[in-house]
Amino acid sequence: MSEIALETKSVVKKFKSDSGDITAVDAVSLQVKTGEFVALVGPSGSGKTTMLSMLAALLQPSDGQILLDGQDLASMNDARRVAMRREKIGFTFQSNNLIPYLNAIENVEYMLRLNGRLDKVNRLRAQELLARLGLSERMYNLPSQMSGGQQQRVAIARALIHNPTLVLADEPTASLDTERAFQVVETFASLIHENKRAGIMVTHDLRMVQYVDRVLQMQDGKLVKIYENQEEIQSLARGIEKTPDKTVN
Amino acid sequence: MQRFTLPAYLALKEIWRNRGRFLLFSLVIALITLLVLFIAGLGMGLANSNREYLSKLDANLLLYQEKSDYIIAASRIALSKVEDVRNVPGVADAGPIATSLVAIELSNGGELKVSLLGVDPGHPGEPEVKDGQQLNPSGLDEVILDQNVVLRSNLKLGDTITIRSSQGTDYKLYTLKVVGITSGQAYTFTPSIFVPISTWEKTRTKSEAEISHPSETTNVIAVKLNSNKQIEKMKEQLDQGIGGVQAATISTAIKNVPGYSAQQSTIQTQGVFTLLIGVLVIGGFFQIQVLQKVPQIGVLKAIGTSNPVVGLASVIQIVVVTSLGVAIGGLLTFLFSLTFPPNVPIVFNGQSSLIAIIALLLIGPIGGFVSIRYAVRIEPLKALRLS
Repeated sequence: MSEIALETKSVVKKFKSDSGDITAVDAVSLQVKTGEFVALVGPSGSGKTTMLSMLAALLQPSDGQILLDGQDLASMNDARRVAMRREKIGFTFQSNNLIPYLNAIENVEYMLRLNGRLDKVNRLRAQELLARLGLSERMYNLPSQMSGGQQQRVAIARALIHNPTLVLADEPTASLDTERAFQVVETFASLIHENKRAGIMVTHDLRMVQYVDRVLQMQDGKLVKIYENQEEIQSLARGIEKTPDKTVN
Repeated sequence: MQRFTLPAYLALKEIWRNRGRFLLFSLVIALITLLVLFIAGLGMGLANSNREYLSKLDANLLLYQEKSDYIIAASRIALSKVEDVRNVPGVADAGPIATSLVAIELSNGGELKVSLLGVDPGHPGEPEVKDGQQLNPSGLDEVILDQNVVLRSNLKLGDTITIRSSQGTDYKLYTLKVVGITSGQAYTFTPSIFVPISTWEKTRTKSEAEISHPSETTNVIAVKLNSNKQIEKMKEQLDQGIGGVQAATISTAIKNVPGYSAQQSTIQTQGVFTLLIGVLVIGGFFQIQVLQKVPQIGVLKAIGTSNPVVGLASVIQIVVVTSLGVAIGGLLTFLFSLTFPPNVPIVFNGQSSLIAIIALLLIGPIGGFVSIRYAVRIEPLKALRLS
């Protein structure tokens, strides 16, 4: 039986505005297991990016708990959250993912450097991981010398190289053409499964959910549906609306 | 160790991969350095041209005529008072210093304006020669040249020189033999020549009245004390013991050379403003750079880079770029200085250049402070929101 890598308990995020408090995330509880790849979907303004920011220890929840490897991110100070991001979380963003003055292998190795684990064995792992992602010929290229898809693959390697508990991807296909987008998400999913990490991908492109194990749908800050059945998920990916497996109240 | 190596790695990688841009900026800093060092050198050169002789005097005090406002040219003291001063307890020695302006006629047909300084051979006021010999008290046709005179003419030890001085409405030529050469002894922007006081009286520029009524006077008296620990006490003692004089330390004497303080404060103001411009230029450059890098710094922080690492990387980058600029600027200044003719009053000495270089190295971190602070305060969430 797989372990629970990430668990949120009634997580709430409120922002202050002139017209009063706005609840961006409203009592969301979820679990992601080790080796599981989950998609977080929903319309614009549904709270998925705010949720991802809290899971990434970039934003403090107003209420509730976020347990990563059993440690509550919500109760940590800034320094501890930075350490959690460095050690336990891997991250890919929509774009501007890579450090522009480091080449592909240096970008990947940066996470090892950051964690004080840059040695011969890990250098070799970084090279192998880039090779596995089809970037053997691009290791010494700067981000500006690579296509968007290649950059995303380097970002995936960087997100995985330090063996984090949780890998987060924020709209990883937003800046890619359709063919590249499918390749990137497929590779991402297979690496999550192979390396037994917990992965969460925020996407507005439902076609991409065909590679995930579960789909969490958010609306108005709430988790409204969870798709667990692969048939349902594939139907969702093809754009055929189905009854949800489960309704979350 | 990693606290330094990681920021250094980030800073140096970014510099190396964007070396064209950073080199260009280092060149801007080099130009500022060139300007600051030239202003410092000019300040030192002008100051030297004014005070070089006074600052090298083997004396602790100068005696001026009372109420002459410490202006050497305005002071007249009877030569007989020199002996009185020598007899004051605590005074090791004293000697007259009399000033005038004459011209040396050069063999190429040109002329060189010099300060004609009358001194008592073997007493304070006579500079030490580096070549040749000191003045002989009985050698009335002897002269010691300041090396600035040698640099601007073809004169050498053993040569005879012809000086031309105004005598009333006429002028006269006098021939003197070069017996010694001293280090630089410029006084009021002219190189100096030294003659015995009696020769000075004969050869100095005179008005009609002075020709018909020669006076046994000097401008000031240089006083060397037995101990330099009792300067204030001896000042009072000389003021009271010798009638009609007022004593001043050498630094007071230098400050009161006409125009010296005003000139130096002008030069210093220029230097400070150039440094301020440097602070603004460096601050502006790094601030623009940080603004361009907001998403990138956001990503660095989002993946777990701490604020101290981001801040220290910025500091290292500023220090490296500034140091490179200052080094290039220093080298350029040195190369330019080799091309200056001796009459250009620019002097680079270790102390003033070092102060200028330290100030230049400090303007980087000072100018970049705002950008460093900004970089440290960038929220990692920007990585998500700006991506």
